[in-house]
Amino acid sequence: MSARAPLSALRRFVLGAPALWLLLFFLAPFALVMKIALSKPAIAQPPYEPTFSLADGWHGFLDKLGALSFDTFDLVISDDLYLSAYLSSLRLAAIATLLTLLIAFPLSLAMARAPKHWRTALVMLAIAPFWTSFLIRIYAWIMLLKEEGLINKLLLSLGLISTPLSIFATEGAVLIGIVYSYLPFMILPLYNALERQDPALLEAASDLGATPFTSFWTITVPLARSGIFAGVLLVFIPAVGEFVIPDLLGGSDTLMIGRTLWNEFFDNRDWPTASAVAIFLLVLLIAPLMLYERQQMREPAR
Amino acid sequence: MKRGLTSAHLAILAAGFAFLYVPIALVVLYSFNASRLVTVWGGFSTQWYVSLFANEQLLQAASISFRVALASAALSTVLGTCAAFALQRFGRFPARTLFSGMLYAPLVMPEVIIGLALLLLFVGLGIDRGFWTIVIGHTTLGLCFVAVVVQARLAGFDRSLEEAAQDLGASPARTFRSITLPLIAPAMAAGFLLAFTISLDDFVIASFTSGPGSTTLPMRIYSQVRLGLTPEINAISTLLIGIVGLSLLAATAINRLKAPSAR
Repeated sequence: MSARAPLSALRRFVLGAPALWLLLFFLAPFALVMKIALSKPAIAQPPYEPTFSLADGWHGFLDKLGALSFDTFDLVISDDLYLSAYLSSLRLAAIATLLTLLIAFPLSLAMARAPKHWRTALVMLAIAPFWTSFLIRIYAWIMLLKEEGLINKLLLSLGLISTPLSIFATEGAVLIGIVYSYLPFMILPLYNALERQDPALLEAASDLGATPFTSFWTITVPLARSGIFAGVLLVFIPAVGEFVIPDLLGGSDTLMIGRTLWNEFFDNRDWPTASAVAIFLLVLLIAPLMLYERQQMREPAR
Repeated sequence: MKRGLTSAHLAILAAGFAFLYVPIALVVLYSFNASRLVTVWGGFSTQWYVSLFANEQLLQAASISFRVALASAALSTVLGTCAAFALQRFGRFPARTLFSGMLYAPLVMPEVIIGLALLLLFVGLGIDRGFWTIVIGHTTLGLCFVAVVVQARLAGFDRSLEEAAQDLGASPARTFRSITLPLIAPAMAAGFLLAFTISLDDFVIASFTSGPGSTTLPMRIYSQVRLGLTPEINAISTLLIGIVGLSLLAATAINRLKAPSAR
């Protein structure tokens, strides 16, 4: 593919620098997460044992290796708290992904059917919120949804409700937060897939007597499959591990695994359990992650 | 016949963009609220901006955040551009799948996992957490975004321009400097801005990788939000939205200037 090789030392650097960086700071740490997950919590600095050091010698190393155990994994599997946190994360992420798709699809379709000279501006408008702070966008929804928030104020003053709605601190608020925050991730791949469709196909279908309904389901949707697939994965995978949204918009009873991990780590200072939770989360996401990677490789970034 | 916008399309566009923008617009509007209660309009006032600039803690956090964002965006741009070249130009090389896997995975990986893994690495290596550990964390995420943006540009790149330059006797270095670099510069600039805003915005990874004395702006905002709504948060949010808005406009302007020659 590459005809000329300028400088092989240079090429080695160009490939090597990012590869080494990612190996060291992204891939290698997972081995450590596994190791800590097999350790025991301890009241020490750092708060787990054993800690390996070069000063141990071979025997010390073997002794400490023997001290590793799967206790935390047993705990995570047997304790209902973790299981229900995993399940409710999957459930909330799945519902939120579906809602995002339902909102993003008509919007992306309208964007793709807009006159050509509008489209660039519309795409910019759709992704610009992604550039503004995530925390600010969640904050905006606290302002809107709270009991004394703007939505309740508006509805009360219009006389549509007589008592304030309690949406804030519920799973509903978490769903709204996820849909709102991740909408641009769904719009972009959908729009890309829809924009490439040849409108002549729909005209041909309608000439042949297809109703708009039929041609939508037999032409538009199937041809957008790759975009739907990419968008669903881009929203679902990070949403499962979301921490900020359930923490700020959810109630104390809103269970999500990212939040459980956070609490184990920061509040209970139980690093081994937090690590085991992370490993399980990773295992849970391995299948969608691999699907996503395959998708990315088949269709290089646009 | 069905070309152009039907009224249904217009309605969908209006509703969709209202959903995206009304919440942000309200944050901005209420930053000029005279009332201490965020959701009660008490007239126009800029007092919260004044009190913002008297808040030492917030200013210090903002300064740390900006420096972290600059450093990590610069590193991300260099590393991410290298990664994009490797993926787009090097053909098949050993462990290409692993390489692109490592490049795409952080884009969707839940941040709590990346943060926890990095923290355990720093503790394991005995590195004190602070400014540079946050930079490392943000660079790891940012370089992947830069790689995606630059790779897209390289994919739509007319290589005959480079070949022409070399046929006319330009050295590879010269070709890179006067042909390749100017053509991918807009993508690099966009990647830099993206990495910058991601860093400026990140709360989760920063919480894991920061140490005492290196509290970032999102960490401060987060702890204030947990305590309750204050108009000061609206004011700082408005400033951040303004900064991001301006840099987005700048990025668009740069792309407008350079785009016609690229494709």
